[in-house]
Amino acid sequence: MNQVSELRANWIAFETIFVKEVRRFMRIWPQTLLPPAITMTLYFVIFGSVIGSRVGKMGGFEYMKFVVPGLIMMSVITNSYSNVASSFFSNKFQRSVEEIMVAPVPHSIILLGFVMGGVVRGMFTAVIVTMLSLFFVSFTIHDYLITFTAVFLTALIFSLGGFINALYARKFDDVSIIPTFVLTPLTYLGGVFYSLKALPEVWRDISMWNPILYQVNAFRYGMLGRAGMVDISDAFLVMALVSAVLYAVCLYLLNKGKGLRH
Amino acid sequence: MTKALEIRNLHKTYDNGHVALKGIDLEVAQGDFFALLGPNGAGKSTTIGIISSLVNKSSGKVSIFGHDIDRNLTLAKRHLGIVPQEFNFNQFEKVQDIIITQAGYYGMRSTVARKRCEHYLKALGLWDKRHESSRMLSGGMKRRLMIARALIHEPKLLILDEPTAGVDIELRRSLWDFMEEVNRNGTTIILTTHYLEEAEQMCNNIAIIDQGQIVENTSMKKLLGKLQKERFILDTLGGLQQKEFNVEGYLIEPRDDFSFEVEVDKTQGLNRLFTELGKSGIEVVSMRNKANRLEELFVSMTR
Repeated sequence: MNQVSELRANWIAFETIFVKEVRRFMRIWPQTLLPPAITMTLYFVIFGSVIGSRVGKMGGFEYMKFVVPGLIMMSVITNSYSNVASSFFSNKFQRSVEEIMVAPVPHSIILLGFVMGGVVRGMFTAVIVTMLSLFFVSFTIHDYLITFTAVFLTALIFSLGGFINALYARKFDDVSIIPTFVLTPLTYLGGVFYSLKALPEVWRDISMWNPILYQVNAFRYGMLGRAGMVDISDAFLVMALVSAVLYAVCLYLLNKGKGLRH
Repeated sequence: MTKALEIRNLHKTYDNGHVALKGIDLEVAQGDFFALLGPNGAGKSTTIGIISSLVNKSSGKVSIFGHDIDRNLTLAKRHLGIVPQEFNFNQFEKVQDIIITQAGYYGMRSTVARKRCEHYLKALGLWDKRHESSRMLSGGMKRRLMIARALIHEPKLLILDEPTAGVDIELRRSLWDFMEEVNRNGTTIILTTHYLEEAEQMCNNIAIIDQGQIVENTSMKKLLGKLQKERFILDTLGGLQQKEFNVEGYLIEPRDDFSFEVEVDKTQGLNRLFTELGKSGIEVVSMRNKANRLEELFVSMTR
């Protein structure tokens, strides 16, 4: 097999995994796309109409305007993570992952196929939530490229995280532990609902170690034009670094056969 | 000539300390129909797992059509098709989708994949079920689905791990015919089975594995040649209980009024037995082996 045909074969293998992943979450849309739409609508109603009007300004914007980018990011994080974690784990659980493992698919292709499926779900969710937010607040996007890159990198990071979770998971409960006990607290404390300036200095310093803060603020900059206390180039540097490290970890674990081969 | 499969000094110790393979050497020639037999827990599935890269080996070498799985795993995998013992497909997917997706993993274009899918599903009697969810299939159909899936990339080496387990006799025979045809078309087949009649009927060569070691590796003909004694059941027209009969040199044990068992040494032959029975007025109407010949050898080797 020459190099060109090997490249073509790898592309078809990637396409197969990726399309299968996208079809999966589209087919079960009431479980994958509808819940974030409902949850975020509730958030918009509560923060926009009920609480938001009493909070006043946050980070130089009306509270509703401030909170929208954070809520979009929150749904991107949870959806991209859970997509890869649950899909790959259910392949493991049903042993259908063996179909891919016996085939001549490079590990990097397996990883990219599943992870890009998670990225697309994350971005799909972002579009849905953004459109819903327009019923509650009007805004124009400050910088499309930064907005898109921030969503893409965030979805990528959490899809990779979901993949690692799925490799280690032995039962379905293991897939929900990290989102419940790690992701949700980090997201809530990552500047989704408040500006870092509102925090006491100690908590502000601690928050600077939270990687989600950089994603939320980079995205907020892309949408609204202000990133709060986070430097925008630092934010993208952190995201790029975390993506690269997680990709390397995933590939290492796959090559080792963690959770897949005895 | 390059071997279809070459295994050298293969060892496997699991993390819990269980030693599954204690240095296996095995060669399977191209075009062979090879039986890999052994009792439960002997190491067959571990060996197959290592060949198909679903299990990490502790040490040793495995080559598929000359491609070492440590150095050229991708090429080795291209030549290999696996039908596992357990169902390992997504039970919520449709039959046709499972096959087409598998073709995609092998980098096959969709037009080629669809043609081959039609061919194999028709050959295995699953074409009418192609749009059905795989969980709706019967056990036998699920096994055939896994065979079609393993053949979609037309491998040169096909490993069938108990492909007829739980399959009714009619279907089992049709699967035998199908596998023989696949073998005739040039695919090397390695078969593990608990139906020893199946191995005896189809395989040219055989290896018996027990407690992580190969205890026998020879041709089926030579192995069956090792059988020193055979037991037969002879059915007669009846009236055995009224007759006193004993043929010198043969161990005869009556079963009922119509049949008896006889143990025949390989050196003796059966002509004298029939002559003597004829003299005693006993009319034999049919005769069969008491146990499968291979089964007797298998039990004695893995006891």
